[in-house]
Amino acid sequence: MKLSFTGWLRWFWRQLTSMRTALFLLLLLAIAAVPGSLVPQRGADPNGVTQFFEANPKLAPILDSFQLFDVYTSVWFSAIYLLLFASLIGCVIPRTAHHLRALRAKPPKTPIRLNRMAGYTTRTIAAAEPLSPRRGSAQAARAQAGTDASGAAIESARAMLRKLRYRVAIFTHPDGVSVSAERGYLRETGNLVFHIALLGILFAVGFGSGFGYDGQRVVVEGQTFVNALVNYDTFNPGRFVKGGNTLAPYSIGVQKLDVDYETQNKHAVGQPLDYTAHVTTRQGNDASVQKATIKVNEPLSIGGSQVYLLGNGVAPTITVRNAKGTVVFHDSVPFVPQDSNLTSLGVVKVPDGLSSQIGMIGFFYPTKHELPNKTFTSSFPGFNDPMLSLNVYSGDLGLDAGVPRSVYSLDISTMTQLTGGKTAVKPIELVPGATAALPNGMGTISLDGVKRYVSLSVHHDPTIGWVLFFSVCIVAGLLTSLFVPRRRVWVKVAAQADGSLLVEYAGLARGDDPGLDAAVAAIADEHAAQCGAVQHDDAAQQDDSDLEIHPVSEKIPEKKET
Amino acid sequence: MTTVLSQFSILCLYSAMGVYALAFIAFAMDLARRGALATVAEASAALPSATARRAQSATAASAVGRRGPDGASSTRVATATLTPGGPAGRGMEHDEVQRSIARSASLKVGITLLTFGFVLHLAADILRGIAAARVPWANMFEFSMTGTLIIVGVFLLVSLRYDVKFLGAFISGLVLVLLGVSTVRYYVDVVPLPPALQSYWLVIHVLVASLATGMFAIGFALSVVQLLQARRESLLAEAKAVKLRFLATLPTSATLENLSYRANIVGFILWTFTLIAGAIWAEKAWGKYWGWDTKEVWTFIIWVVYAGYIHARATRGWRGSRSAWLAIIGFSAVMFNFGIVNIFFKGLHSYSGL
Ligand code: HEM
Repeated sequence: MKLSFTGWLRWFWRQLTSMRTALFLLLLLAIAAVPGSLVPQRGADPNGVTQFFEANPKLAPILDSFQLFDVYTSVWFSAIYLLLFASLIGCVIPRTAHHLRALRAKPPKTPIRLNRMAGYTTRTIAAAEPLSPRRGSAQAARAQAGTDASGAAIESARAMLRKLRYRVAIFTHPDGVSVSAERGYLRETGNLVFHIALLGILFAVGFGSGFGYDGQRVVVEGQTFVNALVNYDTFNPGRFVKGGNTLAPYSIGVQKLDVDYETQNKHAVGQPLDYTAHVTTRQGNDASVQKATIKVNEPLSIGGSQVYLLGNGVAPTITVRNAKGTVVFHDSVPFVPQDSNLTSLGVVKVPDGLSSQIGMIGFFYPTKHELPNKTFTSSFPGFNDPMLSLNVYSGDLGLDAGVPRSVYSLDISTMTQLTGGKTAVKPIELVPGATAALPNGMGTISLDGVKRYVSLSVHHDPTIGWVLFFSVCIVAGLLTSLFVPRRRVWVKVAAQADGSLLVEYAGLARGDDPGLDAAVAAIADEHAAQCGAVQHDDAAQQDDSDLEIHPVSEKIPEKKET
Repeated sequence: MTTVLSQFSILCLYSAMGVYALAFIAFAMDLARRGALATVAEASAALPSATARRAQSATAASAVGRRGPDGASSTRVATATLTPGGPAGRGMEHDEVQRSIARSASLKVGITLLTFGFVLHLAADILRGIAAARVPWANMFEFSMTGTLIIVGVFLLVSLRYDVKFLGAFISGLVLVLLGVSTVRYYVDVVPLPPALQSYWLVIHVLVASLATGMFAIGFALSVVQLLQARRESLLAEAKAVKLRFLATLPTSATLENLSYRANIVGFILWTFTLIAGAIWAEKAWGKYWGWDTKEVWTFIIWVVYAGYIHARATRGWRGSRSAWLAIIGFSAVMFNFGIVNIFFKGLHSYSGL
């Protein structure tokens, strides 16, 4: 048989939206996520990727061609989750339509053979004595009384089930009357809310990364950061962010970074206890200045963005004078921390004003500690015994070549080392406030003081609130769909030959419902009590037939489960 | 002061481990006894015909303990499938087996020891918290200590409500192994919290993750027993010999599957919450709610595997043993995330303190 094109499409869609495919794609998604935890990822750990390339020069390009360093944005990973969400849409739409219809429909007709259903039990209501057998025979009177009594019994069952928030419908059968009741539509509602919220998260995250941006900037104490594109050290705009002056206008002045390190606990000396950046902020054209603090778990919210305290370090303030005593360099230079005691490495470049360009590679030790091999390290991150040690290089700094150079590194391949190393000249060592001579009589260098700097990270994510909203929907949807039992319950009243009434009770689980039997039993008991019925002897044996589990000592499960 | 308290804490922990080891022995003896009882029951009941057995394992009804209002256990277990409900004599022998299981001294001893171990363990945990002046779950050692405490606590609570005491050997064994590894390999002295961990999300996120792990552990164990039981049932249906006789005294595979499902969905909801709480915290601490950090990746993988498990239970052909395998894979991933990812994988979650 040949299928038409639309036939094929329909077939494909049916396959895609089947439960089996959804399961397959879910498991595939789990497997596909694994490699991203084994291989460093450009998004989470760019340095790790660089190191991986250096360590495995042959393997890395092969892995790269499979996008294994960008797993979560790779074509194959995206294909899996996009198919999964296509499947989800195809699954949720018809189910929503079906559920909306079910919400308006009556409970279905009572099955003929209730004794096959879960929790089946019966009670008997004794025959009522006909009060005044005036018309017709005694038999007819009894029948009439029986019908009245069934009507009353059914009515009380109906009222009771309604009160238990069942939806009810009454059906008449050749042998009696019944109520058919259903509850727990919330279960399906919860399930749909859950799945739709998954879609919501996907869209919100997608929009957020398209229209958001993030950027980093190092700010030394006393400096001010103005939110503009040029002022970021690194800036990652979302795909749809237009450059230029679309950033919210604000500025953040870093007054001071308070640090606190452990000193008492001998197992943790030097461990950071607290970082607090004291800042002043200014928004838009508003001239007023506000004070604020930024801490590690307490970002600053400003101009629709969040500003995080991502890192910190030291920035020695250095002044270089030439032989005539003219200041040719004065700046606080951020150094990069090398270890947890804040041994820091930095580069000072003095392009102008000296007899030749010089570059200096410096180590700063907040609390200097001499090692047996005469080198230094830092033994504590606080400024207990600070020292700056510098090696001087002269030659071309390469700043005029037009090639971008990192401020944190110095290319010494074309430079001449003047101090340290093989030069037999001692490196320059400075404590705060001290001044030393530069080699070859070039001039002097002083360490005026040491400041700290903060590394601020600015995030703008326009949809973060939506992501949170959908996350809450996910939890709420899950809770209702997994714990609200959806069940049908039937109560059927039939008059028996002796005039008594046989009341049958049974239920049907729709989905996992461990409390069904107990619920049916509780309904039977309460209804029987209202109608003055007695328990039927042979009903007890029925409870073998269910396949559900029974929590111990659970009588009326509704209370616990919602 | 801190040192003294943390030494007391370690002392309590070692004692708890000793008591857990005893509990493990008691639970193992209970399983051995069940095997013997099942053999007796089988021998004394005239062997039913293969057809009768097949019919019975087909209806292998839910058999988990349902307790009457008086609190007496009327546990109906899988041995029921061995004794056709007919002749009274057999029924009495069967009841006899049931009563002796309910009375099982070693099971009671096991539970009592486990409870006692739990109390010591709790004391160890609280002392550690007081010593550190913060929640005792900020590094790998403390997380192991609190996580295992919660696993035992969850098990004790669940076994109050459901008849799952037969998992005691698994739970006490698992907790012993985890505690053993963490005291030997991961022990660190009390140190203060680094700024990134100074957040109430630490309390919520880690606590809920441990609760989820406890539920998943129970779900896992039930799924393993379910698979064994399913194998036994199919062997019985073919009238073949079965090993692991104690299984005859445990609930049917269908009941085990339902129990496991209950445990796992509670675990899943807690895990969902863990994931969301983690994202909120990451947003506060690192400025990014989701960055595919290795730990986030594994939390996500676990979540997807359990979502798969729940789906499998609603997919034709996947109920029963296949979905049980997914629950087993899911818990293996949880253990991997806890034991391997924390130590050997690089990432922002480098708080193992090692
Ligand atoms: C994005 C991927 C998906 C995830 C993470 C997911 C997750 C879940 C979870 C956790 C549940 C159990 C909770 C509840 O009932 O609300 C569930 C149930 C369900 N899902 Fe999904 N789902 C996904 C996609 C789909 C798709 C594509 C379909 C349709 C083919 C589907 C159909 C169902 C159905 C019918 C149930 C009810 C199962 C039951 O009654 O036990 N889901 N899903």
